[in-house]
Amino acid sequence: MNPEALVLAAAAIPLAGAALIAALDRAPNVREGVTLACAGLLFAAVAALAPHVLAGARPAVELLEMFPGLPLVLRVEPLGMLFALVASALWIVNSLYSIGYMRANREAHQTRFYVCFAGALAATIAIAFAGNLITLFLAYEALTLVTYPLVTHHGDEAAKRGGRVYLGYLLATSIVFLLVAIIVTWYATGTIEFVRGGILGDRLGNAATGALLALYVFGIGKAALMPFHRWLPAAMVAPTPVSALLHAVAVVKAGVFAVVKVVVYVFGVDAMAGLGSVDWLPTVAGFTIVAASVVALRADNLKRRLAYSTVSQLSYVVLAAALLTPLSVIGAALHIAAHAFGKITLFFAAGAIYTAAHKTEVSELDGIGRRMPWTMAAFAIGALSMIGLPPTAGFVSKWFILSGAMSAEHWVAVAVIVASTLLNAGYFLPIVWRAFFRPCAAGAAHGEAPAPMVAALLATAALTVAMFFYADLPLALARQLNGG
Amino acid sequence: MIGEHLPALQVVVPLVAAPLIVLARRGAAAWLIATIASFVSLAIALALFVEVREAGVVSYALGSWAPPWGIEYRIDAANSVVLVLVALLASFVAPYAWRSAAFEVPEDQHYLCYAMFCLCLAGLLGIAITGDAFNLFVFLEISSLSSYVLIALGRDRRALLSAYQYLIVGTIGATFYVIGVGLLYLETGTLNIADLAARVAEVGTERPVLAALAFITVGLSLKLALFPLHFWLPNAYAYAPSIVSAFLAGTATKVSIYALLRFYFSVFGAHELFEVLPMGAILLALSVAAMMLASLGAVFQDNLKHMLAYSSVGQIGYITFGISLANQPALTGSVVHLVNHGVTKTALFLLAGAVAFRVRSVRFERLGGLARAMPLTCAGIVAGGFSLIGVPGTAGFVSKWYFVLGALEAGSWSMAFLPVVSSLIALWYMWRFVEVAYFRAPGPALAGVKEAPPALLVPSLALIAVTVFFGLDAPLTVGAAAQAAQVLLGGIR
Repeated sequence: MNPEALVLAAAAIPLAGAALIAALDRAPNVREGVTLACAGLLFAAVAALAPHVLAGARPAVELLEMFPGLPLVLRVEPLGMLFALVASALWIVNSLYSIGYMRANREAHQTRFYVCFAGALAATIAIAFAGNLITLFLAYEALTLVTYPLVTHHGDEAAKRGGRVYLGYLLATSIVFLLVAIIVTWYATGTIEFVRGGILGDRLGNAATGALLALYVFGIGKAALMPFHRWLPAAMVAPTPVSALLHAVAVVKAGVFAVVKVVVYVFGVDAMAGLGSVDWLPTVAGFTIVAASVVALRADNLKRRLAYSTVSQLSYVVLAAALLTPLSVIGAALHIAAHAFGKITLFFAAGAIYTAAHKTEVSELDGIGRRMPWTMAAFAIGALSMIGLPPTAGFVSKWFILSGAMSAEHWVAVAVIVASTLLNAGYFLPIVWRAFFRPCAAGAAHGEAPAPMVAALLATAALTVAMFFYADLPLALARQLNGG
Repeated sequence: MIGEHLPALQVVVPLVAAPLIVLARRGAAAWLIATIASFVSLAIALALFVEVREAGVVSYALGSWAPPWGIEYRIDAANSVVLVLVALLASFVAPYAWRSAAFEVPEDQHYLCYAMFCLCLAGLLGIAITGDAFNLFVFLEISSLSSYVLIALGRDRRALLSAYQYLIVGTIGATFYVIGVGLLYLETGTLNIADLAARVAEVGTERPVLAALAFITVGLSLKLALFPLHFWLPNAYAYAPSIVSAFLAGTATKVSIYALLRFYFSVFGAHELFEVLPMGAILLALSVAAMMLASLGAVFQDNLKHMLAYSSVGQIGYITFGISLANQPALTGSVVHLVNHGVTKTALFLLAGAVAFRVRSVRFERLGGLARAMPLTCAGIVAGGFSLIGVPGTAGFVSKWYFVLGALEAGSWSMAFLPVVSSLIALWYMWRFVEVAYFRAPGPALAGVKEAPPALLVPSLALIAVTVFFGLDAPLTVGAAAQAAQVLLGGIR
């Protein structure tokens, strides 16, 4: 297939899957088969695009003309390629995990669950391949809306309240800040294409450019920059597979991905470096990194701790992009992938613990590593990646971010990264220690979670390690961002 | 040739349909005549729309009396859009009326309902098409009188009171309008709008002209429900039969807005109004109040139709917001929102009618868990709600885009935030419905409630589909609106 057809296929496969899944309400086994087949096909289509993009091609498809002169466009560039690869690969693993989780916990409305999941992947792919800001915005809002039924899956009072916070934060920030930012960009430049080197130039002047950057980075609420981060812990009322793929990978990565895209392709790294009015961004990101880690340190609920860890890790990407050095931009791109593998493993483990032992609090996990050795070993690998220790993916991205911070001589950023590493160790290692070295609570009689779940979390743990040893592909894509 | 007489037929077809319906008397025949009249009107409106896009202006001298002495029907880029909108919505409402009116209107009054519907359609089309200020008053009265009757047909006894209130307000509005036109006639000696435009420019801003402006502004603002002159609207829409609220919500206020646009930009002139006189500031303040306060009012309603009605007042605020900025993108936004909101709100009222048809109530306390009983209807309401919020991919987003662009064109970043903040309020009131319909357990009121019949569902969901289409592929609507804005800003001269 030619690359343009592959782009269309990648966008269409999850959509077609969603329709098919909806029609198969009565046949759960076939329905789950369709989910897995779609995930496999999607990954195949995305993977087949990779060689083209690595070779320098930028396949593009024009869809509809939304406004006169403003079409919806899909165009694949290296960063989107990387994001799509990560999301589509993890969808396969996550589907396997979902099937185990949803059946073992006897969840209701499973058809709706899988339909929305496929819809969320369609929106994610559209975000990854968005060729201009309007396409990005359309897919961004679609992702918020299609994940709302997943967040509120249980339909109870807690889910309703969580859903309100989720939707309120994400839609309010995107409508009030992001949309206005996009229209200002269109008004000022007459284009909203993503162009290497940026499209803004110095059209707006120093102060206005800084204000516009604020509209963008706070408008992209999915990046969870403080003070607009509260939706992410609120989204934890969802079933764990949702937290795992969407609120550790697809949704939050869509946020930081959009921030990096805006910095690289709208503002332009070089153009921004000359402006004094954008200096505040590393500080805000650094504050989020440290503050969220402190909250995570104090959280006893495991998923809440993971959520605040995510808030912190997302700001690594924003910080890296905001440092505006070639090395840190590579680090930003790599961290999107590295954090995805590590964090999904951690969430998978949390879901496995809930399914097998019905435990949700960190303080209840004494000795659980002896009953669930595979799960907790995978958890330990994920934790190492969060801290940034070898041999895990987190080390690779952190290396680039730290090198970037040093080459920019941004000592505040260096201090933030060091402090955050210590804090990460402070809230992840005690869990591992507790699980393996504390005595078991009496009367607990359970083993591992169902096999598909364990297989899934081992697979993502293996990916976390593999990205340490085989970083060539993500690195090659990330380097292209700098024009290399 | 028939082709030449299309402008006359645009009004004559529904006007003649009304007495035919009274003669036919039987419900089925009455419905058939009304539906055919609606479809024919749409065909004529589309033909005129195409003709105007090629020719620029179509002028028709009624009875061959040459303007400015005779009555002129004058169709340009601005009103051809309004004609299509009105006829289009009538063509969706009429098929829907078959089941809905049979349920909501007593059988012996069916023919009256359809006759009044056709008269109302004729009046609204007439307001849009005529190039004569007094003729406009006549059509305003035709449409108003017939809509008083239509509203009073509602089963709820409060419909009578609401119709009476609307009658008083509407009469004041029409009287003010005609006083204003009278003053203009005294000053200029003409009633032809194009002729008025040229002569008012010569006269300048003398006191009678200013008085005429004030009377016409207040008169039309009453009809178009500009905040705070909107008080008649919520009850009128809530207690009228569903087809009536659906039809009027999408057309009546929109046509009055068109009349205001015509007088402001064609007769008085944008320069006089917005640079010499402080009309821009006044209109802006009222529009912002509508966008915020009326939308906020929608949040606190306990009834779906009331909520939609307050939302209408808020959305009208968007349109007048665009008018008050008086630049090309903002006015494009106003005209395109005329269409987008008309389509969206009619679709939503049709769906609310489907709910009333099954549940026999649209009070939120009775609608808990509705999504389980009527999944398609509820999905449609949510999709229409997305358009009210302005979610990308729906018609409402397109309008919002141009309002923000218009604010930037006016040189104000802070005004750019007004439409988007208002859409958050829309999110708030729509989400109340979502939480009622999707999160509550079904109550006893929903026992035995099924999905609405196809006769109601198909037209409503088709109109929702139009809303989405106008959101994804907007060059047609935006192109027409941009042309209209250009014509209006250029003046008639």
